[in-house]
Amino acid sequence: MTADADTATTDATTVTAPASTTPAAASPAARIRPKTGRDDKIMAAFIAVIGLYLIVSLALPLYAVLSKSVSAFYFDLGNFEFQVDRGAGWSAPVTARQLNDELRALSPEELRTSGDGRLAVTVFFPDFNFRAPTRYRIRQVQPEAAFLAGTRRVADTDWHTFDSNQFRRVVLRASKSTGLDNYRAYFSTPALFRSLKNSLTIAVISTVLTVALAFGFAYALTRSAMRFKGLFRIIAMAPILVPSLLPGIALVYLFGNQGMLKSFLLGESIYGPIGIVIGSVFFTFPHAMIIITTALSLSDARLYEAAVSLRASRWKTFWTVTIPGARYGLVSAAFVVFNLVITDFGLPKVIGGQYNMLAVDIYKQVIGQQNFEMGAVVSVVLLIPALLAFTIDRVVQKKQVAQLSSRSVPYAPQPHRRFDALCLLYCVLVTVFIAGLIGVCQYAALIKFWPYDLSLSFNNYNFDVMDGGGWDSWKNSIRLALYTAAAGTAVIFCGAYMVEKTQRFVATRAAFQFLAMLPMAIPGMVLGLAYIFFFNNPANPLHGLYGSMAILVICTVTHFYTVSHLTAVTALKQMDREFESVAASLKQPFHKVFSRVTVPVCLPSVLDISIYLFVNAMTTVSGVIFLYSPDTALASIAVLNMDDAGDIAPAAAMGMMIFYSNIGARLIHLLLTRKVMRNTQAWRTRRGEAVR
Amino acid sequence: MNSAPPRAPFLRIDRLRKVFGDFTALNEVSLAIDEGEFICFLGPSGCGKTTLLRAVAGLDIQTAGRVWQAGRDISALPPAERDFGIVFQSYALFPNLTVARNIAFGLENQKLKRADIERRVTELLALVNLSGQEGKYPAQLSGGEQQRVALTRALATSPGLLLLDEPLSALDARVRAHLRVEMKALQRRLGVTTIMVTHDQEEALTMADRIVVMNHGVIEQVGTPTEIYRRPDTLFVAEFVGAMNRIAGVGASDGRVTVGEVTLDTQAHAAAAGAPVVAAIRPEDVLPHAGAEGGGESSGGGGDSAGGDAADGDAASAAAKGNNRLQARVDYLEFLGSFWRVSLTCAALGGVALTADLSSNAMRRMRIEAGARVDLELPAERVLVFPRGRGA
Amino acid sequence: MKPTVSTTASKAVAAALAAGLLMFSAAGRAVDLTVYTAVEAEDLKRYADTFNEDHPDINIKWVRDSTGIVTAKLLAEKNNPQADIIWGLAGTSLLLMKAEGMMEPYRPKGLENLDPKFYDSDPVPSWVGMDAWVAAICYNTVEGAKHNLEAPDSWRDLLKPMYRGHVIMPNPNSSGTGFLDVSSWLQIFGEKGGWTYMDGLHRNIARYTHSGSKPCKLAAAGEIPIGISFAFRGARSKEAGAPIEIIIPSEGIGWEMEASAIIAGTDKLEAAKTLMDWSISRKAMEMYNTAYAVVGYRGIAKPVKHFPPETVSAMIDNDFEFAANNRKRILTEWQRRYDSKSEPKN
Repeated sequence: MTADADTATTDATTVTAPASTTPAAASPAARIRPKTGRDDKIMAAFIAVIGLYLIVSLALPLYAVLSKSVSAFYFDLGNFEFQVDRGAGWSAPVTARQLNDELRALSPEELRTSGDGRLAVTVFFPDFNFRAPTRYRIRQVQPEAAFLAGTRRVADTDWHTFDSNQFRRVVLRASKSTGLDNYRAYFSTPALFRSLKNSLTIAVISTVLTVALAFGFAYALTRSAMRFKGLFRIIAMAPILVPSLLPGIALVYLFGNQGMLKSFLLGESIYGPIGIVIGSVFFTFPHAMIIITTALSLSDARLYEAAVSLRASRWKTFWTVTIPGARYGLVSAAFVVFNLVITDFGLPKVIGGQYNMLAVDIYKQVIGQQNFEMGAVVSVVLLIPALLAFTIDRVVQKKQVAQLSSRSVPYAPQPHRRFDALCLLYCVLVTVFIAGLIGVCQYAALIKFWPYDLSLSFNNYNFDVMDGGGWDSWKNSIRLALYTAAAGTAVIFCGAYMVEKTQRFVATRAAFQFLAMLPMAIPGMVLGLAYIFFFNNPANPLHGLYGSMAILVICTVTHFYTVSHLTAVTALKQMDREFESVAASLKQPFHKVFSRVTVPVCLPSVLDISIYLFVNAMTTVSGVIFLYSPDTALASIAVLNMDDAGDIAPAAAMGMMIFYSNIGARLIHLLLTRKVMRNTQAWRTRRGEAVR
Repeated sequence: MNSAPPRAPFLRIDRLRKVFGDFTALNEVSLAIDEGEFICFLGPSGCGKTTLLRAVAGLDIQTAGRVWQAGRDISALPPAERDFGIVFQSYALFPNLTVARNIAFGLENQKLKRADIERRVTELLALVNLSGQEGKYPAQLSGGEQQRVALTRALATSPGLLLLDEPLSALDARVRAHLRVEMKALQRRLGVTTIMVTHDQEEALTMADRIVVMNHGVIEQVGTPTEIYRRPDTLFVAEFVGAMNRIAGVGASDGRVTVGEVTLDTQAHAAAAGAPVVAAIRPEDVLPHAGAEGGGESSGGGGDSAGGDAADGDAASAAAKGNNRLQARVDYLEFLGSFWRVSLTCAALGGVALTADLSSNAMRRMRIEAGARVDLELPAERVLVFPRGRGA
Repeated sequence: MKPTVSTTASKAVAAALAAGLLMFSAAGRAVDLTVYTAVEAEDLKRYADTFNEDHPDINIKWVRDSTGIVTAKLLAEKNNPQADIIWGLAGTSLLLMKAEGMMEPYRPKGLENLDPKFYDSDPVPSWVGMDAWVAAICYNTVEGAKHNLEAPDSWRDLLKPMYRGHVIMPNPNSSGTGFLDVSSWLQIFGEKGGWTYMDGLHRNIARYTHSGSKPCKLAAAGEIPIGISFAFRGARSKEAGAPIEIIIPSEGIGWEMEASAIIAGTDKLEAAKTLMDWSISRKAMEMYNTAYAVVGYRGIAKPVKHFPPETVSAMIDNDFEFAANNRKRILTEWQRRYDSKSEPKN
């Protein structure tokens, strides 16, 4: 190196050509392997931990669903051998397959079954008569399947002898195989196939209605000068604070056979598509409204000024300026609503009547029939429209971000008496609908015995004598929400930080980003089912989590990962990219920047993430429904279970408890945010003085 | 490395390569920088100057090639194990920390006493004329003040190398001009080796001890500001730094350049006879002589051109030799405050358009106006010759 | 085990209480016994307290859920059982588990006092019964009068056109009660007649509910005049003041027993056997009898309030083996016939 350095000084400015014999001379051509610094190591460890979290909580369980959906059961006829004694001694052993080939008794379709399938052996003996003196022997060739003699399970490979009266009680059990048989069975079952059609129909109708209604509402909020905008916005947000099945309960009281407004339906039944659609509009309305309001408030006032100067009519301006400006918002809202509706489980279960939907099918397959394989198949089928909607939404969102970055002047609506009055009327109607449904639930919860005893009482709050877990379930929900908010915010914010601020590990970060976006496309029920398959496997070292509060927290965090992740990323993107570089140049570890600068600056977003997680943990049903244990029953599940048991008023009462808990949490969040803003965001508020 | 010879450069960059996918951002870049030098990386956007700076900092480590600083091979080290301070274009001040906390950020965890840190912060703020601003947040400072805070923070730990990534580009012209002087003075005082990345030639010319002009991932030329300006190695450098008239021609056998029917006297060049070349001359070196009646005046007024420095005397005398004297027509005039930019067409050179920068005085004297015919003189020693072809 | 079956809906499988199990209370050397059950939540404490009067050294750790869920949980834990014993789960469910080889056969003391219908016919029975719950129709007299309906007397009455849209029953795919109804009709009317009967009934059904108790609760709330449910639920609703009658159809009623069994492989075998012995004792049976009209112990059952007197005599000779072995086939057929046609009704 010394010689090399010497050479360099001879030509201080340009290309150095050191003698090729010096050891250092060969090195410049070699690829540099950056030395891993302490920060890199810590970051790598962090990425590994959070990446591992996503793999364990998302990728592996989803894989478990997929593999479960292709694990099929069939009767392995070649594995069973028979001998018959019709009085002249035992015949030569013959397999059931040979007998079936001869008799063509069972088609290949009939040999497909599920895990609890049974096949009576008498089908292979057309001359069978339980009064005949014939004797039969049966044995397994390999001890892979089993047969039942009466109710006794026989799994060995010995010959077992039965007289004909006993032999009629012998049934074969299924063997396991891998293949697409379950899918074939699914698509040849009209009932299940119809569910797919129903789900799509309901999702499309609800999407069109919700987006149209929410657009009107958002339009009134952003384009009129009406009063009470703040109040309307708050009421319109209320559905986010209740489980999706609560509107279903309200609708029963309003339009059920004993409903207060039954005549409004003109004889139609609320149990079915009508109820699902109305309820879906209710619970998806705030989601659509937020997205569309944002899109509308982005539009550029200069375009409106241009339209006015061109003397364009209000109508024409609407179609040439307003709608194109909000189109990405509209499309995005449509897909979000579509996804929410098609993956929702609680509402169709409560009010769907005989109208089957995919999400409910999963439940029926798993809980009703213990057919986990078919539940997995329905899950995979449900994934397809959800993934599709998700992908389109992401593409559109990206375009909207591009639009967002353009410089525009916000539109300030001018008073216009008739238009404002119209907007006010419209918003009153919408908010009356929303507040009305919630109000009905509260009213129903306080009625002693609808419709026969209308006196008020708190009897319905006596949860401890009902199904669903009692008051403990409410306490559990609060616990779950707190844990989810705390652990989820930490994991998600750190994860977003790693993705956003790390320079290295490009491929790993891309994979991480993909995993972080994935949960939005995964219906909660599918996630829950995936957790059963994955965590309830005795071979899984994490098996111990099963049935614990921890698995509910993990499931909920994962279920709501994406939106929180995006919130965190957005906040982090506003941070200067070079903070970490500055810290490195000052020989300060990155975590010092993280704790001293990044977290304090992002604190409002951090609080937003935690309240989002809290509220969703309180209301979620679909993700956790397969996962709670008697010790960890949840309020939202209790609503479902009490309704299921016919205790509808207590279900409404518990639903309202969730509502009030969420309002309380929101108020605390509001106070906290104010306090945080005052204490740690002082630098923000004084920005006005900066201009000199 | 401890036995490195005394004249070893402070920073040595050897055959650096940086590849992003298919794109080569740096191609075999080598450079040596002495201790205490102020170096500017100058070039258009995308030329690789920032990439080179970040490689030196270890923020984006090069694909291949090595970097030595103070005799230590730092090629593969992470930033925290190198020895530099850095100021970014955005300043990257921590918005929620006060000026004092920002500056003290790098002094913490270094076994310094709290009082020592405070003393050092006060001292540094005084150095950049920001005393009394300790308690303010960055958002409460002006852009120029923020820039100085960022600079102070970078210098707080007394790094061996100061890296500046377009540190002035976010400021308005007046503040920028002021800070240029201040920063340069500070650098002289502290003697810290400094590399500044800029796309602003004026900034580079005024501040740098040496300028490194870069283009397409390679170094075009390294030299002092006057070398770069007066003796550009390549047409790219000639045109990127300052303005330049281009006259396409071919090499003549006697070492001159033939353009159309004219053969120009030029600086010596290596182009073969008949080889395509570009003759280049800066606008301030083009000397118009106002028609028939102005001829006498021009010979007496050597300081007429806008660039009126000592060289003009030579130019005038060269013009007197009368070799490169041509007729031209004035197309239009642009008033640029301290001088005029005159657009000319020279029929003898095949209708090539030329510009000349003239002081207001000269304009008045020569009564140059649009449509007028003027005599032009292209002083031979100011006519540079570059091979034509690559990028010409 | 109320046929509340999937009443409390969901969350299927497993509960890892293993860690808890291993911890013995330091104080009294008491044995912790993990008991899976579908017994009504409100009865659990009473059952455990009564048992502890005789066996204070055995500490019962309940894992309770609806029948469907407890069954799913047990089946899912087949290879890694978490339960020591089942006390109070549908007999049909126990047959499913026996077919998986999950039971530890044991002949409890006093078995001879039980009606043979109430225990496994194997020489060493794998399960023994406690009590039975029976199917019934809940009929809302107020709503019935409003719609000019007569109270039905028999299953066949329900086919009458006047009941169209006024009957609700549980879906057998999600409800144990629903399956009990379907399998009993197939036994009462024969395989063919049973399906014909259900074809007719389907025309009158307003909708199928997920849970078995909901039809009766809906009838009690006047949401529907007629709910096909079970007698226990009807009695409770009537007790709560609902204007309903419990009707035992004249053709006979399906029934299901609550039963107990030891899980094979438990390391608390002695304690489990103690509980099994006690679960069929006279004292236990009298305890069950406070809510259940029919108990396994011969000759001690007393009438239960609101239960029609003909309840016991109307119970059919239920073939549990038939129900268990044909469950899959019946459910598939039911789904094919009625779920696929189950478009909303006007």
